[in-house]
Amino acid sequence: MSDRTVVPPEDEEELPAVGSAAAVPGVPTDERIFRRAGLSGYVDDFLSRLRTGELGSLPVIFGLVVIVIVFESLNSVFLHADNLVSIAQQIPSTGIIATGVVLVLLLGEIDLSIGSVSGAAAAILAVLNVNQGLNPVLAIILALAGGAAIGLLHGLVFTKLGVPSFVVTLAGLLIWQGLQLRILGGTGSINLPPDGPLVKFGQTDNAFMLNTLAYVLSAVVAVLLFLSMAREAARRRAAGLRARPVAEIAVRSALLFVLLAVVVYVLSRDRGVPWTLVVFLALVVVVDFVLRRTRYGRAVYAIGGNIEAARRAGLPVDRIRISIFILTSTLAALGGLIGAFYQGAVDQATGSGDTLVNSIAAAVIGGTSLFGGRGKATAALLGMLVIGAISNGLLLESLSSSLRYMITGTVLVASVVIDSLARRGRQSAGR
Amino acid sequence: MTATVQEPSPAATGTPVLSLSGINKRFGAVRALSDVQFEVRLGEVVALVGDNGAGKSTLVKVIAGVAPADDGEIRFEGHAVTIPTPHAAQDLGIATVFQDLALCDNLDVVANLYLGREVLRGGLMNEVEMERRSLDLLRQLAAKIPSVRTRVASLSGGQRQVVAISRSLLGEPKVVILDEPTAALGVAQTAEVLNLVERLRERGLGIVLISHNLADVFAVADRIVVLRLGRNGGEFTVGEVDQEDVVAAITGATDNVVAERAARRAHVARPAGEGTES
Repeated sequence: MSDRTVVPPEDEEELPAVGSAAAVPGVPTDERIFRRAGLSGYVDDFLSRLRTGELGSLPVIFGLVVIVIVFESLNSVFLHADNLVSIAQQIPSTGIIATGVVLVLLLGEIDLSIGSVSGAAAAILAVLNVNQGLNPVLAIILALAGGAAIGLLHGLVFTKLGVPSFVVTLAGLLIWQGLQLRILGGTGSINLPPDGPLVKFGQTDNAFMLNTLAYVLSAVVAVLLFLSMAREAARRRAAGLRARPVAEIAVRSALLFVLLAVVVYVLSRDRGVPWTLVVFLALVVVVDFVLRRTRYGRAVYAIGGNIEAARRAGLPVDRIRISIFILTSTLAALGGLIGAFYQGAVDQATGSGDTLVNSIAAAVIGGTSLFGGRGKATAALLGMLVIGAISNGLLLESLSSSLRYMITGTVLVASVVIDSLARRGRQSAGR
Repeated sequence: MTATVQEPSPAATGTPVLSLSGINKRFGAVRALSDVQFEVRLGEVVALVGDNGAGKSTLVKVIAGVAPADDGEIRFEGHAVTIPTPHAAQDLGIATVFQDLALCDNLDVVANLYLGREVLRGGLMNEVEMERRSLDLLRQLAAKIPSVRTRVASLSGGQRQVVAISRSLLGEPKVVILDEPTAALGVAQTAEVLNLVERLRERGLGIVLISHNLADVFAVADRIVVLRLGRNGGEFTVGEVDQEDVVAAITGATDNVVAERAARRAHVARPAGEGTES
């Protein structure tokens, strides 16, 4: 019944057919036929991606190198271990918020309230823990629940009442900042107890991982990556599909280990690896896994790509959109709490200022498209490294906040321009 | 649900798998369909043609459950059924490929094929299995897709149509409705899609092909059903008529006596304006 019709001659300019005459009998070919074998295949692949606007992480890594070179030449303190540890402590708060921004951007929506939500959550925590004397863990849970409730409200207004996400969350930006001021009350500032567990976790000496543990963890992560990729490759081979060679998997895992070990080594020359950074990294890994491997993640990409198609495929579009708004707000709350641990205090300025712009900029710089459906969880990490390096470098130069704001804003615009240009490149290349 | 096995039934001779009779559909003051009847057998391609506003899309929406009929009888495999929702149509075994295809450009071919019905393994998506089945299906259809892991955005119009049609087959339908599948396609791509339509017929499916392009219709259809102003405007067997007869039925030129005589001589199965008898 499988009718192997001969390819009509008029189709000569078409790409090779699935299961065409070139196929070895019994071995399904197809697939990454665009990539030739060996090293030259990778180079080809890489060049064609550059041409067609599938830039991936390249511009970010390139930009990061440039930024590091510039700041290091301006001030040689920049690459000192203690400054790098400071960056590692400054990154997680906004980075966790940016992870939520990646999610909402994947839907093709936006959340402008993240800064205010992070501030409000920090205020809830401080009041419950310090003023009401509540157990810190319980206070954290309640603060996160507050963030989730806010996200649920945004999601409901957005999906059920049809108010654009831009407007809902713009209103949220004001409302939740108002809530934060009200919760903080007259003094407008609450100090977390400096010897309490929260500040110890975020700031002082307990806040760092044992170096041996950090090395062991790096090795474990690399081994896990190797095992999961090797297993996937074995299953693909068993199913007769093209799979990555074991050598490639081994090299990738080894590179990851080297990268992590170098980071640990550099940070260990000063205070070590901050736990908050570990929390951020773990979160990125979890979100990445959910986006790539679960039906839920697939549905998020589908909604961002073509919401009508998602609807016709029977996906629960509204429920997924609401859940993403909840996740984004909850992550914003978590980022706010981590920031409060690091600062050791919550005041009226917590979560205001450049938190909003920095977290959106991080997500976009990392390669998340503002047009929806394109991006990865790792964008939050990559983008946050860039943003963290810039903020820190500008602080070292002791520039005024006016200049800092202008530079950060310019970087955001530049990253969006790259996104738009890449999009145009994809369109003209038919991707 | 590999969508591989479909009993190839003796072509176009059996009883209709889907038959509609006395279908009425009103939108406000507009009578979009009045007393329309229509049937499809397994293993045949029925072309549904008509001028703009003749009711083709409305009839498709009735069959697909998007806009249920006001009254009339629908029988599927001999049983009277109602099709109140798109889901009901799919459950019966009626798959519809709408003109806009509803593909996600940012996802690859496998992800689009299995969107909303991903194969799971331990709670996670089983990419290996989905990819293998996708390759199987596309190979059976001799579909020409460069790689099942390319994003749909990089496919040509014809290839996108092929992906959309292949996706409709995953639910193992008995009837597939194709809404203008060759509109906006080049010559080569049109030929590719028509090849695919013939392969669907060989698999024993009943196919409803909506098209403006009579050349395509004559190239692939077994029967042609003409709708005109919301009514049956004639029914022809391909091979017994030429394009002018069909054009005449579409435009209503058969309403005059001369054309009717000419049409009778050309073995027209059912002249315009008459038939409600089945």
